[in-house]
Amino acid sequence: MMNDTAKKVLKGDPRSIARLITLSENNDKIATDAMKDIHPHTGNAHVIGITGVMGSGKSTLICELTRLYRKQGKTVGIIAIDPTSPFSGGALLGDRIRMMELAMDDGVFIRSMGTRGMLGGLTSAVYDVVEILDASGKDVVIVETVGVGQAEVDVIKIADTTLVIVVPGLGDSIQTLKAGVMEIADIYVVNKADRSGVEQTVAEVESLVDITCSGKERKTPVLSTIAKESKGIDELLTEIDSHKKYLKKTKEFEKQRRLRYEAELVEIIRKKLMNFIFDESTFKEKIESLLDKISKKEIDPYTASEEILDKILK
Amino acid sequence: MNRKIRVLVAKPGLDGHDRGAKVVARALRDAGMEVIYTGLHQTADMIVEAAIQEDVDVVGLSLLSGAHMTLFVDVAVLLKKKGMDDVLIIGGGIIPDEDVPKLKKEGISAVFGPGTPCEDIVSYIKKNVK
Repeated sequence: MMNDTAKKVLKGDPRSIARLITLSENNDKIATDAMKDIHPHTGNAHVIGITGVMGSGKSTLICELTRLYRKQGKTVGIIAIDPTSPFSGGALLGDRIRMMELAMDDGVFIRSMGTRGMLGGLTSAVYDVVEILDASGKDVVIVETVGVGQAEVDVIKIADTTLVIVVPGLGDSIQTLKAGVMEIADIYVVNKADRSGVEQTVAEVESLVDITCSGKERKTPVLSTIAKESKGIDELLTEIDSHKKYLKKTKEFEKQRRLRYEAELVEIIRKKLMNFIFDESTFKEKIESLLDKISKKEIDPYTASEEILDKILK
Repeated sequence: MNRKIRVLVAKPGLDGHDRGAKVVARALRDAGMEVIYTGLHQTADMIVEAAIQEDVDVVGLSLLSGAHMTLFVDVAVLLKKKGMDDVLIIGGGIIPDEDVPKLKKEGISAVFGPGTPCEDIVSYIKKNVK
């Protein structure tokens, strides 16, 4: 018997989609049952990851892309992630404000999420949410990361196509050569191309591509956009589609999907293990007493960790 | 299970004064809630659609133009119509005292006027969220 929520999600019912996302975010057991039912119905959506520094125009760009997808008759799910406060656990989720014109469109579902302690630019439940939106029949699922710095690269684990958004004026050519975010793009987008310094930024990213893609079959495209004025969006959409075709042609697509499932599996196990060790009352006393001992230098953290892990692995 | 209270903060109608809404949004954030801020010039339909997709526990409306009897009530009616009757609706802004009982009758649970300490709003939400 299929879970009732799962059934409604497969029919695309917005309230059920929204509810299941909440349950998944809260690690509710009900969500697990529904997720199990949903999985066979996933895999059809093109998952696009969009990352870049804060204020680079990710949300505005997503709004423009979505408008074009809608013109083509494609339905779109959007996951917009903003940071959770390390102090209060609260969050101000403000990406939706740039997308309100999409609010009344039945073919678009937007969900704002807090990072809730994850550091890679995503949030723990994002794998579930991609599957939920995919299963609900969305043709395209767009994941907007938090505004990133240099090292938040988890988006490549979940996206088929990753867009890195850069803006003019953020440093010299050495910045583009650094490891991390500047390595992960399937497509580079230089947004706010009406700003001064855009030619230099484009040239620097292009020279990076020349170095990293030499001898490779596909050269990472570098596009300029002015999202606010809807400029360059058509070309961007064409590149996104052609990247998908490239993935399919080269069998990279399956590899990419396998990578996502691996990341998802690791995340589920991590969550379960952490809950088991740190939330289950059986270990609470043990951990407290170990912490006392570590503080008093009677034991070191490595030995303490072995004591806990030995108990589980037995 | 670690449930977080999710709040939609919206400004229906045409007035452009969003400072109050932003102050409240920040206070709720600092109280550990997830606040979805939708900004200015929202219609009742947009607010309700966002409330559904974001699966919020609370909808907070701010209005300083005097159109609250129409717009607050529109949101409340529409939320109910869409089956979101377990959502706590609260309002703020320039609301004359004599309108408050009428708004409460229409489903706006509480109205917080100028000078309300943010802690009052936080504790009201924590106590009344379903």
